[in-house]
This record gives sequence, structure tokens and C-alpha cells, in this order.
Amino acid sequence: MMFRRTLLTAAVAAAAWLSVLPAAAEVFNPKTFTLDNGMQVVVISNHRAPIVTHMVWYKVGSADEPRGKSGIAHFVEHLMFKTTKNLKSGEFSRTVARNGGRDNGFTSYDYTGYYQSVAADRLGIVMQLEADRMRNLIIDPREVEPERLVVLEERRSRTDNSPGAKLFEQVNAALYLNYPYRNPIIGWEHEIRRITAEDLRAFYDKWYWPNNAVLVVAGDVTVDQVRPLAEKYYGVIPQGPGIKRERAAEPPHNAARRVILRDRRVRQPSVRKRYMAPSHGYGDKQHIYALQVLSEIIGGNTGALSKSLVREQKLAVSAGAYYNSDGIGPSAFTYFASPAPGVSMDKLEAALQVEIDELLKSGVTAEEVARAKSRMSASAIYARDSAGRGARVLGAALAMGQTIEDVESWPERIEAVTLEQINEAAKAVMIESNSVTGLLLAKRRS
Amino acid sequence: MSRARLAGMSAAVFVALILTTPLARAAVKVQEVVSAKGITAWLVEDHTNPIISVNFTFRGGSALDPDGKDGVANLVSATLDEGAGDMDSETFQRRLEDLSVSLSFSARLDTFSGRMRTLTRNRDDAFGLLKLAITRPRFDPEAVERIRSQVLAGLRRASENPRRLANRAMFQTMFPDHPYGRHTDGTFETVPVIKIADLKAFVARRLARDNLVVGVVGDITVAELKTLLDTTFGELPATAEPWEVPDVTAAATGKQVVIEKPIPQSVIRFGHGGIKREDPDFYAAYVMNYVLGGGGFESRLYEEVREKRGLAYSAFSYLSPLDHSALIIGGAGTANAQASQTIDIVRAEWKRMAEQGLSELELKDAKTYLTGSYALRFGSSPRIAAMLTGLQLENLGRDYFDIRNSLIEKVSLDDVNRVAKSLLRPENLTLVVVGQPENVSAN
Repeated sequence: MMFRRTLLTAAVAAAAWLSVLPAAAEVFNPKTFTLDNGMQVVVISNHRAPIVTHMVWYKVGSADEPRGKSGIAHFVEHLMFKTTKNLKSGEFSRTVARNGGRDNGFTSYDYTGYYQSVAADRLGIVMQLEADRMRNLIIDPREVEPERLVVLEERRSRTDNSPGAKLFEQVNAALYLNYPYRNPIIGWEHEIRRITAEDLRAFYDKWYWPNNAVLVVAGDVTVDQVRPLAEKYYGVIPQGPGIKRERAAEPPHNAARRVILRDRRVRQPSVRKRYMAPSHGYGDKQHIYALQVLSEIIGGNTGALSKSLVREQKLAVSAGAYYNSDGIGPSAFTYFASPAPGVSMDKLEAALQVEIDELLKSGVTAEEVARAKSRMSASAIYARDSAGRGARVLGAALAMGQTIEDVESWPERIEAVTLEQINEAAKAVMIESNSVTGLLLAKRRS
Repeated sequence: MSRARLAGMSAAVFVALILTTPLARAAVKVQEVVSAKGITAWLVEDHTNPIISVNFTFRGGSALDPDGKDGVANLVSATLDEGAGDMDSETFQRRLEDLSVSLSFSARLDTFSGRMRTLTRNRDDAFGLLKLAITRPRFDPEAVERIRSQVLAGLRRASENPRRLANRAMFQTMFPDHPYGRHTDGTFETVPVIKIADLKAFVARRLARDNLVVGVVGDITVAELKTLLDTTFGELPATAEPWEVPDVTAAATGKQVVIEKPIPQSVIRFGHGGIKREDPDFYAAYVMNYVLGGGGFESRLYEEVREKRGLAYSAFSYLSPLDHSALIIGGAGTANAQASQTIDIVRAEWKRMAEQGLSELELKDAKTYLTGSYALRFGSSPRIAAMLTGLQLENLGRDYFDIRNSLIEKVSLDDVNRVAKSLLRPENLTLVVVGQPENVSAN
């Protein structure tokens, strides 16, 4: 089953696939050029099947919303499938479907993207459609109101119906004291209710320009085929005003935080400890590759954490760690565990802390580093297999201000990580006052 | 962009442009490989990347779990890779990790499947580990208890998840006296009483050569695969223990089940008997369902529930054919106060489709989408490998990738409307609602 029209790429979801594939070098071998109006174009050839994925990534996400108006970026994404100067509401997706294609959009903290997958000979058609809505969207209040209800249902479905998702939202709001990642991508309900058509229009007009977008085409196509089409459809759109993304920065974190959600529906509790961490775009960037190797070492199925808490001490049914280096703003290094039957959360949390302390005291071993790096280098080969993955990884990276070089050199950067760097990175990030502990607990019956 | 240019893109022009997209390319040529011991695999050779993907499926799944032991097949699936031969769980898992091999198993109602992916350079070691897992699994008590507690934790999590609850209740309600009404994952009562002997018995009885189908995609030749088929699967018993699952028609009682949960959004599922995969009318039903609720942003349910009224984020339906039955199932999620209105719309659309069928244009659009998008399924090696086993399980023929679109094209308006009329019975819909729906009550 799939329900589309808008995936929200939350940090966790992104981490799930990015940790499998944190980008990969000599993998995608993209070609790139830039149109006169400033729109960057990336082409990744993969001739397995006669299909192409066409994606436009806008360098704007929920973290770029004006204060007090959370949810605008995602709301605009929904409206992008409605009326334009040339298309009736719904005609975009209908036309894609009538060409045997699939389409959707997605919104994250740092980017908003749209894609169509179609037979390779339909590339021009979807390009024409996508180029149309870059500047021709009509934001009609009569379309805004029913779509607001859809967004509210989406919020209920994703967040309000799930205790775990509700806790995640609160943990993020505690983790980031000032940075806009503290607001959920879909928005707070009371703010979604207050967004006006004017707000949406202003946001669209500020950010949706060719010089603030990246076009990625992947599949059974060459750069020589893409260039004339891109020039024809996107090249004619005038360049917009220069755009600067301005984000509030974090103040010092002086106190560890605890966030507890009790819900009587919870039958399998869990604990999550998140440390704010650097990313490609924020903080001490020299640590980001070391942190990726570290999460591979301690986070995997036979990783140090699962080995100790699940296999040896039998305190947990699951335990691990993950880290995602992507982002314009601060990322997080996250530990999680869920208790075995009869084990109290206090005991589990204490045991998790012992593991973290032990890591900081003794560090990782050379053997662990070598094994992790070998697995990570294999993941770069696997990444080539999927037709759409290169488009997703490169599009996200470029939309967040990284370069193709950053993506393509990933294996070398991972290979260069040393044991000392890993231990240093762990000490730099795992500072108690930088942390939020989130507890999902069953509500005591009264 | 000018209006004139877009005017040229009218729907009629698009449709006229579209011919059935040919998929037949060297990249998806399906070869049949038969080993010396008579084990068959379907292979799509692709040497672009140094990767091999394998999918293998044994007929017979969790519907065969012994009485009172629902969840045996599922527990086996989670434990096969937890130690085999002289390697205990940790050694086996480390070996997989060090070779960057992914190996996993899954149980469904009618099948027990495994999938493996390896780099070419580790090919023989990878197939060796796969062989050990299916022929000499250890089921050490430590591993079984650890996995059992993970399965139970999964059941507790599922009990917090309204979608999972609703899906479970649907099958229970539609198959009250049949193994299909049981839970593949088992229950809080059954999972604790499964014995290691049950797991061993499953492997001994169910994993055999005569109920096995294999699909392979990637960097491997026919000759190489021939040898590996025998070394990997050749030691399995020749035949699985005979089994029988009775054919069954989903209960058509129009029952409404409400599962009270303190959540703001009601999760709704609805469904009744469907159409089996081998039924000659399957393709007509498939096209019909695309228009009803299968077509993403284009379906009638999506249009009526979401686009026109903003009642839900998703509204959908799908065909679910099984070996011994068939279902058509749909769903939506809406604020508790709107649950009854949403259900009314679903019933009305069910009725409208049964009575009036499709328009010519809807049929045309459905065919264009279904044929044009078929190639999109061939996006990665593991997906193609799974499709290869799927074809064999459904007896679809090695040329199916090439002829499938013509089967869709052949469907006539009369076919679709006749099938809609006989298949869709709004009064028979079983309904499950999880939440605090207003004006919806159980019957």
C-alpha cells in the first residue's frame, strides 16, 4: 500500500536509509551543468530499465519558515498539485498517470522535492509540467481550505495517533533550544490552522525560483539528451532574486533534559538518548565521518550496544544507535533501547549509560573500526543497484548545500577515518548537557 | 511557459501518443536454469554491477501453523539466520556482516521466503551461508528465546498501532473459521508455547525441493548458477510434507467491528471477497480496482474522500488474492467525528462502481497508466528477483514480463463492468474501525 502526496522526511526516516547509504563515491558518477538562470542540473545514467526519475529539489524546507507559521513548506508542497495558470487542480498528477508515470512530493527540514518516474521517452512531458508550476502556481483560498483539512488528517495519522511519534516531536523540541528543527516538519496543529493563503503565496514567491532549485534526472538517459530539454523548459524561467537562508543558531546547552510521555496505549516502552551533533552544515564538521563509523560500530545487529544489552545482559529486546550527517543545522547522535520483559526502565537506562560511559572511557578497537569501514565500503557498491537512489542522495546533498564532490568522495573520507578520530568525536559529542533523554512509558492505571 | 504550448498537451493527445511501453530489453531477459539435480531457477543476468540478488520461496506458509501455535513460521523466519552449522548466532551474524551479505526470511499466509544479496566477490561464501541457514539451522535456546522476546515485543508494539490492529481484525472477521483468520506473527498466547521442536519440525517438513521456486538477478552466469543451485539447495529433502489448506470464501456478513482506542483519528478498513489470481477475470478486476481505489491520486475513493471533501489523507483499495481465497480491501483514516460520513462515501462509491461501472475514458486512462508504469517496477535487483519468484508461484510463464501489458490492453469495458457488478457488494462489506468513531457502532 502506498499513500503518497507527501512524504515527510523526518530525521529518523532519513537516518534509516542514509545510514545504509550515507552517499557513495564512484557510485553515481553524475554529470552536471548549470543553466544561465542559475538552476543546477545533475544527470545520473542507469540503463537497466527504460525509465527515468525526474526530480526538482527546492532549497527550502520547514526550517526556513517564518516564526509562528510552522507547516507552510509542507502545505505549499500539497498545493503544488493544484491549480496553476496552465493546469487545473489535479491535472498535473492526472497527466503524469496518463503517461504511465508516478509522481509525488516530499518535504524535509532543509528541502522540498517533487518527482515523477516515467518511461524515458516521456521526460519532456514531465519536465514541461514541473517547469510550469515553478512560477505559475495559483494559490486559491478555495483550494487552501479543503487541503488544510487533509494536512490536519495527515498530522493525526502520522503523529497524533502514535504515542511514539508524539514523543519524538517533543524530544526534538527539547533537543534544539533555538534552531528551527525544534518545530515539526508538518507543523504544530494550532499553527497549521492559522496559515493563510497570503502566507503560502509569500513563501512560494520567495523560494520557488530556478536559481534556488536543483534538477536531478536519473535513469535511461544521457546528459546530452537532458541538456536541450532542460534549456527549453527550465532555461526560459527568469532568475529570481538572490536568496539567503538564515537560520537561528543554538545557544550553549547547559543542562541535560528529560522528556517523558506516558500513554495508556504503550505496551512496549522505550528509551532514546539524543546528543546534539555536528552535521555537514553545522558545528565541528571534522567529526562527521568519524561519527558515521562510530554509529556503524555500535549500532548494528552485532554492534557493541546490541551485543551487550540484548545478547549478553538480556536487558533489552532491541538496542542500537544511529547518526545522520546530513543537514544545514545541527544533527543528533542517538542511542535507543527497549526493555526485555520484567526489566525496569530505570535499570535499562542505567545500563545504557554504562555502555556510553564505557565507550568514552575505553574507546573503540582497531578491529571494530576495520570491520565497520569494510561494510561501509560495500554499501557504496550496493547503492548503485537502485535506479532512484543516486537521484535521492545527490538531490538531498545539493539542496542542503553540499557538493557533488562531498557525495562522490564519501568512501575515501570514510576510509581515512582513524580510531583516534572516532574516540575524539565521541568525547566531543557525548556530553551530558548536550543530551535529551526521551522515555516512552505506559500510563500507570489509577 | 505559454498557455498555447500547454494547450497542445491535452489529454487526448497524450493518450494517442501512448503505445504499450516495451519492456523487452536484454536487461530483463528471463532465462530458465535447471541444475543437475533438477532444481530450477529463473535468472535475469545483469553484469552492470558486481552484485547478485536471490529470492527463494517455499510454497506453504503460516496458514499451516499447528493449532494453538500460530506464529511458528514467523518465528522460524526470524531465527534461521541466528546460527547454523558450527557457527553460533553471533559468529553467523558476524560472518554475514563481514562479507556484507544481507540474508533474511519472512513468512506469509501461503509462503515462506528468503532473500539474499551479495557482492560477486563473496558469492560462494554467501551461498554457503544461505545453505547452512536452511539445512543446518541450530535453534540454540539462547537465540530462540531472544528472538521470541523480540517477536512478543513486536506484538506489543502492534497492539499500539491502529493500522495493524485494524488489519488483524479484518482477517479475523472475514475468516472466522479458517487458518487465514489467524495471525502470521502469532499471539500473546501462542508465541510463548512454541517449542524448539516445532521450529525444527517446520524446517524438516516445509523446506524442500518440490515446493521451492528461485529467482536470481545480477552478476552471475547460467553455468555458475547451475552449480550453486545444487550446492545450496541440493541437500534439501526432495519433497515437502503434503499439506492442505481448504478453499474458503470470505465471510460476507456485513459485520461492523469497532475497536475503541483513545486516538483522534479513526482508522477504517473495509473489504469482502475478491478475485483469485488465476481467474480469467483477474485483469478486468485489476483495472476496475485501479479506478475505484488503486490509482494513487487518480482513484474515485481518493477524489471523493480526499480531494472533494478533505476527509482523509489517504483513501485506497487493493486486490488481495490468496492461494485459497481472495479479498478486496480498502481503507481510510479520518477524524473521529467524520468516520460515519467517510464510510457512507465508501459504500456509495462501491455501489456506483457496481451499478455503473467505468466510463470509456476511465478505462483508457487506467490502461495507459497500468501499462506505462509497469516498467517502473524493475527499479532494483531485489525487486526483480522477487518478481521472478512471484511469476513462478502464480504459474505465469517466463514470457510474462513481455506479454503482461497486452493482457491489460485486452480488457474490454464490458469485462470490467461485468466484473464490477458481480464482485462489488456494498452490503457485504466487513468494516473495522479503530478509534473513537462517532455514529458508528458494532453489529
